[in-house]
Amino acid sequence: MSDVAERVKKIVIEHLGVDADKVTDDANFIEDLGADSLDTVELVMAFEEEFGVEIPDDAAESIVTVGDAIRFLDKATAS
Amino acid sequence: MFELSGRTALVTGASGDIGRAIARALHQNGASLALSGTRKEALGALAAELGDNVHILPCDLADPVAVEQLVPAAEAAMGRLDILVNNAGLTRDNLALRMKDEEWDLVLAVNLTAGFRLARAALKGMVKRRFGRIIGIASIVGVAGNPGQTNYAASKAGMIGMCKSLAAEVAARDVTVNCVAPGVIESAMTRALDERQKSALVGRVPMGRLGRPEDVAAAVVYLASPEAAYVTGQSLHVNGGMAMI
Repeated sequence: MSDVAERVKKIVIEHLGVDADKVTDDANFIEDLGADSLDTVELVMAFEEEFGVEIPDDAAESIVTVGDAIRFLDKATAS
Repeated sequence: MFELSGRTALVTGASGDIGRAIARALHQNGASLALSGTRKEALGALAAELGDNVHILPCDLADPVAVEQLVPAAEAAMGRLDILVNNAGLTRDNLALRMKDEEWDLVLAVNLTAGFRLARAALKGMVKRRFGRIIGIASIVGVAGNPGQTNYAASKAGMIGMCKSLAAEVAARDVTVNCVAPGVIESAMTRALDERQKSALVGRVPMGRLGRPEDVAAAVVYLASPEAAYVTGQSLHVNGGMAMI
């Protein structure tokens, strides 16, 4: 697992209080991990803080699974 | 009851009559305080009177840059922010036909927009910690209207609507957002009225007197307290029965 993936999953596990084995790449934050709309905003803010990047609203809306977040942050931190 | 020990609070407009009473009451019930306002000397005098656990953070809420820095400064001074009291407000009264854009804009900027920005900043930590109290000092005028105060009434009505929406957004995180809506209170704002105006106002109050700043402060303490945990999105009217809503 890449460093980015590891950090993303750690944040998700901590914030949503879910078991690590549920936090797979295709896990949907709302449908699979029980997040509500405020949780998703909090996660985006936690990612921004952890990775020192800004996630614009339209990008945030397209992040619906754990894998989406990892791919976005992989790209954002590479550039 | 209404114990606030260990809690931290930021009060804007703390150099005014109502703000001062709110600060005193929160402090009396155990809260640490950050006092904000534009009059440094008045803030200093209040801080000296209150003693321990009081910080002074002067801020001009008409300055957007200063507004953005206020909550982080309060968090830095006190470790975190549990209670935000959006109390600061000003008036620029004029009949609408004569009202200047500047008079409208300034009142909305200070009374409403600054309050939103402070709430947005404060909510970050509150939502994370699963505790928070945001209390807006609105006004009966925001519900009932008042000639000469289209700007002020709009700002206070705006604050009530804003608080309700915020309350719905963050209720699941045990953060409550409420308003206290004073009627006519003895303060610099009402001292500016002449006797005839004042007695006309008192005539509309079933209790037969103007409110005291302490009457408003007590409502704030209640909404800030653990006992008010299940109260959110409400406006608590403190008006001697002037309007029963």
